[in-house]
Order: sequence, then C-alpha cells, then structure tokens
Amino acid sequence: MDIVILGLPMMYYIAMVAKVLVAFVFVLLTVAYATYAERKIIGHMQVRLGPMRTGWHGLLQPIADGVKLFFKEEIVPSQASTFAFLIAPLIALVPAFITFAVIPFGGVIEVAGYKIPLQIASYVDMASGKVYDINVGVLYILAMSSLGVYGIVLAGWASNSKYSLLGGLRASAQMISYELSAGLAIVSVFMLSGTLSMNEIVNLQSGMGGFEWYAFKQPLAFIMFFICSIAEINRTPFDLPEAETELVSGFCTEYSSMKYAMFFMAEYANMVTVCALTTTLFLGGWNGPLATTFTLLGPVYFVAKVYFLMFFCMWLRATVPRYRYDQLMHIGWKVFIPLGLINIVVTGIWNYLI
Amino acid sequence: MNPIKTFVPIIQGLKITLGHLFKKPVTLQYPTERPKVAERFRGLHALNVSHNKAKCVACYLCPTVCPAKCITVEAGEDANHDKFASVYEIDMLRCIFCGYCVEACPVDAIRMTGEFELANYSRKDFVYSKERLLEKK
Repeated sequence: MDIVILGLPMMYYIAMVAKVLVAFVFVLLTVAYATYAERKIIGHMQVRLGPMRTGWHGLLQPIADGVKLFFKEEIVPSQASTFAFLIAPLIALVPAFITFAVIPFGGVIEVAGYKIPLQIASYVDMASGKVYDINVGVLYILAMSSLGVYGIVLAGWASNSKYSLLGGLRASAQMISYELSAGLAIVSVFMLSGTLSMNEIVNLQSGMGGFEWYAFKQPLAFIMFFICSIAEINRTPFDLPEAETELVSGFCTEYSSMKYAMFFMAEYANMVTVCALTTTLFLGGWNGPLATTFTLLGPVYFVAKVYFLMFFCMWLRATVPRYRYDQLMHIGWKVFIPLGLINIVVTGIWNYLI
Repeated sequence: MNPIKTFVPIIQGLKITLGHLFKKPVTLQYPTERPKVAERFRGLHALNVSHNKAKCVACYLCPTVCPAKCITVEAGEDANHDKFASVYEIDMLRCIFCGYCVEACPVDAIRMTGEFELANYSRKDFVYSKERLLEKK
C-alpha cells in the first residue's frame, strides 16, 4: 500500500468507502427494522401482537411495506409547486443520513497494519498515531439537523394544502424552539469536555471502566437533551406536525409513494441519529467494560446503547399522549430554556470552584 | 410547572406499558386460530331432523313471532296426510338472530348453531332454502 493520493495512503480511501458503506447500510437496515420493532413493541404494550403474517412473526413486513410504497402511484397535486414538492423529501432525508458522518461508533481497529478509526469523518495520522476528526463535530450535527426543518417546511408549503401548511408551520416553530433548548442543554457538556470533537468527547468518558458517562455528571442536561431531541424529530408525545387527529397527516398529507417513504425514512433516520448523538454525548459512546482492550466490543456497546434509547422512544410513544400546542411551547420556552441556562451557570460555578 | 406533577405520572405510565409488554397478547389470529363459540351462541339456523325428515310441521308460529319477518313457510301434505313445510326459507340479510323462532317452535324443529361465517357473494345466496337449513349429519 504505497500508493499515495493527495498525501494520504490508498488504504485510507478503501477504509473510508468501507466505513461509509457499513454505516449507511447499518442506518438503512435500522430504519427499516425500527418500523417493524416499533409496531411490534407498541403492539405488545397494547397487549396485541403487531405484524404477524409477512414472514415468521412478520419479519418481512418492512420489506413488504417498502415494495408496496415503491409501486404506488406518484401523485403531484395540480396546484402544487412541482419543483419544491419534489425536492422537499430529499432535503428532509439527506441531512438525516449525513449526520452519521461524525458519530464515532467504535475505537481504532487495525486492518492489514493500517489503523482505522471507526468514525467516518476521521483518520489516524500514521506518524503521530493520533486520531483526527472534525473538531466541530457537534456543531456540524446541530447544523444538519436544523437543515432537516427546511425539507418539512418546504413540503408543507409546496403541497398547497392547508393541512400540509399548518403541519409545516408547526414543525418549523417546534423544531426551532426545541433546537434552542437542546443546544443549551449540551453546552454544559462542552463546558466539561472543553471540545466539540465527537471523538474527544467519547474518549473523555472512558474512565471508570467505561462508565464515566456525562449522563452521571450532567443528569439534568441528559434528560433535557433527550426530551428536546424527541421534540425536534417530531416524535410522540411531540408529533404535532403530523397530528393525524387534527391535520390528517400534517406536512406529508399530499405525498404518496416513494416520496412519502422518504419522509418516513427521514423520521426514523433522525431517530437513529438523535439516539446515536445522545449515546455519544451522554452515555459514553462506544465505551464500556473491556472496550479499549477488545476494540470490536466498541461497536457492540454503541449499537446496544443506541437500540436501548430507540426502545425508550418507542416505549414513550406507547405511553404518553400528544401534548397540546401551547403546552409544547410552554415546555420549550418557559421550562427547558431557563433550566438549561441555570444548568450552564451551575456547571460554570462548579468548574470554577473545583 | 411542578416537576413532580409532570414526571411522576409519566414514569407511572411507563411502568404500566412495560408491564403490558410481557403480558400474553389477546389477539386471535383469526383464520388460523378459531374463536371458541359460546354454547348458547345464536348463529346460523338449522332445522332438526327426526326419522329422516324435518321435524317442522308448518304451524307458522316462527314467521308469526319473527320480528324481522325473514321466515317464509309454505305448508304441504305428504303421503301420510301429515302437514309439513314444503317451503322453509330464512332471509339471512333480514334476520336479526334474536332466537324467537327457536323459542316459539312447539315441536323443537329449529335451533341455532355456532356457525357465524355467513358472508356471501350475491344477495340471493343469503336466502337459505330448506335444504341448506337441514341439520348436517
């Protein structure tokens, strides 16, 4: 492996493509089976069975759903703004997937003498042996997750239907206000870590046998960030943008076929991303007992933590009814933002004193 | 907003849903799993048979008592000069499955079975003739 392209060895490019493929396929499969898991879990929580017919215990249900949606008729409403209508699902979907680029899902593994960090946007400098990744990783994620709002607002506007418009407006108001409190909640983590690099944040939580999590140091920020994230990705109990009892299906009322599937995938991909982000920031990422000695354990711990958080999202959906809009705004602006500010001040004083 | 008032009910709710996760589902996988029909379930009618012919003597008590007026009976006379029902039809689209015909019958000629899958493709198939109503051996 002596070929060098743009100052980097060939192995770097091979590893990069492999990492992208693995992460992308992993997220796609998780998205597909998250729908199945959600239906199964919520079904059993309501003492039902959930999907049972397609395959053994309904295991092929996501594939059947995908095929069905793929073969549905594409409908573009005659009064819709066609270009924006077509581009909106893409704008919603792409940011949901590209956020995964900076999330570390494992330590550094060695393949054929070349060290590969299990994080897409990072590499190991062979000379110094240090791992370099985007030093503003969290900022990148926040930026991308706010880009997702555009897709939804655009979908609501381009559909030229009152339900879609209301759903889109609700989504924008909700996502922007919760983005604020989510941002404030994680500031206290950065005050402890002193860095925005995801890799560094994970490494800082590796103490005490892989259990020195920021969730224990910042429990309030952890709870606030997780709730705000759920609100930001429009999941129950904060699913007002697509409240079917009020708005038919919200911003995606007019969508059909694959374009609807894209919104659906974006929603679940956002859930994966948010759970992965919460895992990285608060639950020690891929850290766990023996994760530093056996590097392949890292991804296992990471996936286990992400899946637990996703299970919690589904559990919450089976439990809590939808909030009213004024309650939602009340929680966002009058509870979480002051709490986040207080948390920052307390963390600041604490850090100053110790 | 009182944090205790907000979070305690949510945690209690989470406990309940988690408990339900491990309960046995009540779902009946219908076409493969059959429901247990109660003994006195009022389903499709059947005409009782005795000595290889219907017990019905065409007394007209069942069409008289029928609140939906779905029973058609025509009397006939057989070789022994006994009265019997030459026509006995029940229109299942009109029947309300009240069971009054069974109660009214003086000779125990009609009863109701546990058969409940009465769907059909055309209207005329819902009118059950005497042959279709005769007790299955």
